Amino acid sequence: MAAIKPMMNVEYAGNATIVRFTDEKILEEKDINALQASIMSMIESASGGINLILDFGNVQYLSSAVLGLLIRISKRIYESEGQLRLCNINPRIYEIFKITRLTKTFDIYDSAESAAEDLSEAS
Amino acid sequence: MTPEASTSCSIVVESKPSAVVDVCKQILAKLKANQFCKDDIFAVHLTLEEAFLNAVKHGNKMDPTKTVKVDYSVDSEKVEISITDEGNGFEPDAVADPRFGKGLFEPGGRGLLLMNSYMDTVEYNKRGNSVHMVRYKEKPDFTKSQRERQT
Repeated sequence: MAAIKPMMNVEYAGNATIVRFTDEKILEEKDINALQASIMSMIESASGGINLILDFGNVQYLSSAVLGLLIRISKRIYESEGQLRLCNINPRIYEIFKITRLTKTFDIYDSAESAAEDLSEAS
Repeated sequence: MTPEASTSCSIVVESKPSAVVDVCKQILAKLKANQFCKDDIFAVHLTLEEAFLNAVKHGNKMDPTKTVKVDYSVDSEKVEISITDEGNGFEPDAVADPRFGKGLFEPGGRGLLLMNSYMDTVEYNKRGNSVHMVRYKEKPDFTKSQRERQT
């Protein structure tokens, strides 16, 4: 497992890349920009489209700026014919996705395992 | 632990995104002291982030020479927060709903929706550069008087 600063770990399961956010709070703009740079770089370097799972298991707080980050990641992944799954979102944060209707935009799973299984079946 | 007495405070901070950290710490500590639940604290935290960043980015246009004024009061029943920037203001009703159409796929534009969803009252001054928000610890039962009239 590789540790990427500032706030995420990366591991691989089958054909999926799992990015686990390690911090409890994702709020500050500089952190969000750093995450964007790291994740976009992973997307660009993947050949044939990345199957990316974003794991929110450790995250207790986020702001609407993170939703913006997810939209930008999602657009880039689908442009490169990859797939994106979100997982492990706690109920309070899931409520933010419901309020903003982003539950209609993103594929959200209970766990990284179930998201990886779905990606494996889809390929 | 008994709830603290009502606290009111007015602070003026530098107009930069990182200044929200201390503002949050201060206000959330008052909520904890007044025994607000985790859902209330989550809601106020999220709303503070959104409203403060709106003031810094859209109101003061990231001008570090400007300031943001935060007035708040917390008691055992409710928290009231006003955030005022030095900008020209905006028209809240003119902001597109991000839940529909193209807005759903836009990276920005969800801050006001979240503020409106998590606070019980959200009001702007006429100029549109100051927002006043209230969240009640226990939700007021507006239908109570109606029910009493029916019985």
